[in-house]
Amino acid sequence: MAVAAAPAERAASHDAHPIARLVRRRIAISVVTLFLVSVVVFLATEVLPGNAAYAILGRNANPVRVRALENALHLNRGLLDQYWVWISGLFTGNLGHSLVNGLPVWSYVEPRLINSAVLVLVTGVIGSLAGVVIGAIAAVRKDGWFDHITSVVVLAVTSLPEFVVAIALIILLSTVVWHVLPAVSLLAPGTYAWNQPQLLILPVATLVIVIVPYTVRMMRAAMVEALESDYVEMARLKGVPERRIVLMHALPNAIAPTIQVIGLGFLYLAGGVVVVEYVFNFPGIGQGLVYAVNARDIPVIQFIVLVLAAFYVVMNIITDVIALMATPRRRIVR
Amino acid sequence: MDVNAPAASPAARIPQEKIQRIRRHQWASVLWAVVRTPRGAIGLGLASFVAGVAVIGPFLAPDSPYALVTLAFAKPSGHFLLGGDFLGRDVLSRVLEGGWLLLVMAACATALGIAGGATAGVSAAYLRGRSDGIIMRAVDVILSFPQLVFALLLLSLLGPKLWLITVAVGLSHAPQVARVLRSATLDISERDFVKAAELQGMRPAKVMVKEILPNLVSPLMVEAGLRLTYSIVIMAGLAFLGFGQQPPAANWGTMINENRNGLPLNPWAVIVPAALIALLTIGTNTFTDAFARVAIGVDRRPEEAALLDDLGQEVAE
Amino acid sequence: MNHSAQGGPGGSSPRGQQAAPPTGDAATAAQRGIRLKVTDLEVRLGASGADVVSEVSFAVRSGQVLGLVGESGSGKTTVALALLGHARRGLRITSGQVLLDGVDLLGLSPGDLRAARGARVSYVPQDPSSALNPTLKVGNQLREALLVHAGVIDNPADRVAEVMREVYLDATPEILGRYPHQLSGGQQQRIALAMAFACRPSLIVLDEPTTGLDVSTQRHVLDTVRSLCRSYGVAAVYVSHDLAVVSGLVSDVAVMYAGRIVEIGPTARLFREPVHPYTRGLIGAVPSPERAEVLTGIDGQQPRPGHRGAGCSFAARCGYVIADCTTEAPEPVLIDGRTVRCLRAWDIQATRPERQAVVAGPPSAAEAPTLSVRGVSASYGSTPVLFDVGLDVPPRACVAVVGESGSGKTTLARCVAGLHSNWTGEIAFQGAPLDRGARQRSRDVLQRVQYIFQNPYTSLNPRKTVGQIIAQPLEQFVDLKFRERSARVVQVLEDVSLSRDFLSRYPDQLSGGERQRVAIARALVVQPDLLICDEVTSSLDVSVQAIIVELLRRIQRERQLAMIFITHNLALVRSIAHSAVVLCDGAVAESGPVEQILEHPADPYTIRLMEDVPRLATPSR
Repeated sequence: MAVAAAPAERAASHDAHPIARLVRRRIAISVVTLFLVSVVVFLATEVLPGNAAYAILGRNANPVRVRALENALHLNRGLLDQYWVWISGLFTGNLGHSLVNGLPVWSYVEPRLINSAVLVLVTGVIGSLAGVVIGAIAAVRKDGWFDHITSVVVLAVTSLPEFVVAIALIILLSTVVWHVLPAVSLLAPGTYAWNQPQLLILPVATLVIVIVPYTVRMMRAAMVEALESDYVEMARLKGVPERRIVLMHALPNAIAPTIQVIGLGFLYLAGGVVVVEYVFNFPGIGQGLVYAVNARDIPVIQFIVLVLAAFYVVMNIITDVIALMATPRRRIVR
Repeated sequence: MDVNAPAASPAARIPQEKIQRIRRHQWASVLWAVVRTPRGAIGLGLASFVAGVAVIGPFLAPDSPYALVTLAFAKPSGHFLLGGDFLGRDVLSRVLEGGWLLLVMAACATALGIAGGATAGVSAAYLRGRSDGIIMRAVDVILSFPQLVFALLLLSLLGPKLWLITVAVGLSHAPQVARVLRSATLDISERDFVKAAELQGMRPAKVMVKEILPNLVSPLMVEAGLRLTYSIVIMAGLAFLGFGQQPPAANWGTMINENRNGLPLNPWAVIVPAALIALLTIGTNTFTDAFARVAIGVDRRPEEAALLDDLGQEVAE
Repeated sequence: MNHSAQGGPGGSSPRGQQAAPPTGDAATAAQRGIRLKVTDLEVRLGASGADVVSEVSFAVRSGQVLGLVGESGSGKTTVALALLGHARRGLRITSGQVLLDGVDLLGLSPGDLRAARGARVSYVPQDPSSALNPTLKVGNQLREALLVHAGVIDNPADRVAEVMREVYLDATPEILGRYPHQLSGGQQQRIALAMAFACRPSLIVLDEPTTGLDVSTQRHVLDTVRSLCRSYGVAAVYVSHDLAVVSGLVSDVAVMYAGRIVEIGPTARLFREPVHPYTRGLIGAVPSPERAEVLTGIDGQQPRPGHRGAGCSFAARCGYVIADCTTEAPEPVLIDGRTVRCLRAWDIQATRPERQAVVAGPPSAAEAPTLSVRGVSASYGSTPVLFDVGLDVPPRACVAVVGESGSGKTTLARCVAGLHSNWTGEIAFQGAPLDRGARQRSRDVLQRVQYIFQNPYTSLNPRKTVGQIIAQPLEQFVDLKFRERSARVVQVLEDVSLSRDFLSRYPDQLSGGERQRVAIARALVVQPDLLICDEVTSSLDVSVQAIIVELLRRIQRERQLAMIFITHNLALVRSIAHSAVVLCDGAVAESGPVEQILEHPADPYTIRLMEDVPRLATPSR
């Protein structure tokens, strides 16, 4: 009655092709999405009731200046033409010139981009690690004092706007309670953040405080689910020691959903930098966007928003791929 | 087989009103259960307190919010309980005046986002196929923008008009709501009772409204709570950045920005509006969290959870 | 029961020498002795202190398997886990002894208990697909069982290969390197068995390990368990709700109800002449493929912990109840070779349980069939699942469609109902061809063909009352005034034996059996001509299943309905159907009158199915 490894039962294929296939598919979809995003950005900034140039310069502006602006914005051409000019410019590196200071958009935006990138990267790494560790500890010591405090703090902090957190930190560390850190950065626009690293501290601290709760919450939930699962119960019934259960059984299963939240965290940062950079006068693209919107500097607005959207799309693909790699069940075809 | 022949039983009268009353009662009891949890009570309390300040405040203000009545950044005194702002106006009066519009706009944006997102999400899930693809593609595009950035984008040329801010924020909520409701609807429309309704010849629209929607109330209300919280956060943030009501209007978000430089002199001009915003958002978020727990049964007592397996069915109480 | 030497070759130290497993009956006799002795085990709910399981006592000898039988809510899984000193979240083991080879597992320190689990006592889970970690390869999980008990087995690497062989799996790197989801259900369960036997424990606890497996795989697994237990002299406790499965495997049976053991004794005698009223009810509910019988279910529900009251917990549902039963909790009495907890044990033992035969009354075959299926092939997407299937349902007859999971029987039902539209061929209802999907069919056709779903927990809208659920098809199909509609609803509730109070209740206040009855009422209220029952009892306990099957049988005969009864349980077919169609991998293997199929199967698949069907027989010794 011996039943050999039944050939009738389906064989597995250990091929990594599902990942490659998924990546290709996602990239294809993302290209379409980005294209549509660019259309939205374009329409939002260039399609207006009335004339864009008049709206910018005011109704009683000097007609000569209006015409000059129209030319600069290519408003005298058809809509499709304008879009084409802009899109092709993106690919050839010709992004137009800032309406405010006349600099080429790229040279105006590039140092800001790098500064924001540093901010996001540092925050992302610190925040993710902290979130994962705190969430894991809260889950392992579920319903203990650490868990309760964490849960309350997490709930409170996720409710707060970033600028409130920023202001609170300023009040605490900079102006009212203690005076250890500068409230406002004195970096001239165009310089790089790593030249004066202490100016990074408060913005990073603010963003970390804002990001960590999301990761903590997801990590805790995923760990708790793993620790209460049937396979962990089975491991306990096999006599596996608790430490091994946490590290080898629960953790690998909790990582996948957490990675997606970490990715979402990075995305949240993309929006969060706007306010935080403004508060701390940090020369990044967030601050750049606020100035540009105030001055209606259209080429700059278009470029920054597009960069942020592209960041979102790329981040999505990366997190999906990493999460997939951490989940054998979806990775390997039956 | 005469399907129209009535059955015998003469005393079989079930008052229609009684059935209606039972149905409404179900949700009232859920909300009451939420309020009785500690989180629910705290959340409701905080949110109501701040809402009260915002709504009744304008009638209680001792001075005009616009009059220059004291020194710039004057310290709190007997007459001016919270001191003066950067122009010398009474901070207390400005605080009492500066909340109601934020609440109204946030509520409108939430309603807009929920209505739009729910329609899109439920239709996409139930109709499937082409409609689903198109709707979700649009959702993905809008979701590519951080909410704040999306609002800024729409504001960038027309300027900070209040209606535009409301519409922009509402529009930025819709995709997330659509996503959540779509996955909830997908889950429900696979259940057998929906198929049973289809077998009774019900049209798709009627199925969505009568069978699916009543089961979506939980995720819908949780999303509404979350969206309200985020509406307040984003709109206060926009006001802080200068994209809200224009000066000299009193607005909590704007006040925080205006009075930043005077923190060493009169921090209350910043602390009080910031604290009010914080308490409001913590309140709404906590209440939503409490609601989610009750509705989804996360707070199920441990022994009940342990019994689930043995009993092979849900514990009713 | 023998009270000879406690403990066999295992000794009492977890690192004791394990002799090579002897084989043969001589060895079994030499190892006779009680390995496991459970005394007064009690488990309570943490907060409220209500008892989940109490006064549980039994003993198991080497090489023997004890069956622990009960329905959902009886506490059998709680007892099984307590044998490893484990209690689920919210539960606590409050008193009792679990003596394994003389050592009380409940008294061990946490470190010693952990050392004992897996090495001296191990557990085989009910659902291996969720009990195996999805992110670890099965080989690693198997090796882990040996790794954490270093020193118990001399040569772990060899042992892995050896135990794999014993469960009939090839110990190839290919299989060991797979993840659980890459194995079939049967393979997963074998891995679980291998993990359990790896360290050569003294006691194995098996928790319904064959649920969800198809009949043949189930048979293989049971045979494997039996032979392993015998050759190792291991004591085993086999938890199950399926009496038929248990009867072929175990030497003694303990029946649990509401947290207590109500009857315990040798299998053959217990099944042939049960004494306790609950045991009688259970056995009366088990269908037999040999005889067409009226199944007798037990009305009502098991009381939950905290609601169990002072006297006998079964009193509310008992046919032999007297006044004392509700006040006095019965003590176990020894009667006719077994122990029974009943005040009236002696009276009951004198009477014999009777099973009524069903009067078959086959309908005339001369009339045109109500439903006629010809050459139907169906697919899900691009995967074909049905191949050229044909059957006839004569008016007033019940046709059973039998098959294992994957046979396509549910797909066939859904095609007939219009829930699945990707099919070719012809389905004719009362002479006229049916459209593919429900949306294309006319109101009239939809009304005459009614469908009952398998899962009563998802087929009722949780936001509607019972009254609304049943009234809804009436509103859709028939034009009636409100008062008449309500009258009809009440009438049909009576037909399914539910009282009027149910009208205003919500589904989550009902038990599984009650919900399914509501689903049946919903189908019957519009007076259909054809009723399709899709595995309507598979999610229910045996005693509830019997009630539902009886109800359907009665309704079918009374209302003269044509009915299609889909099931995987061949034994059930006898009690309800006139003819049967056996499906195998999407094609018809055999069809014909029920007696012919069950007693003289012609197709090899049907023959094998009949052989593998577990039945309530005396165990082979």
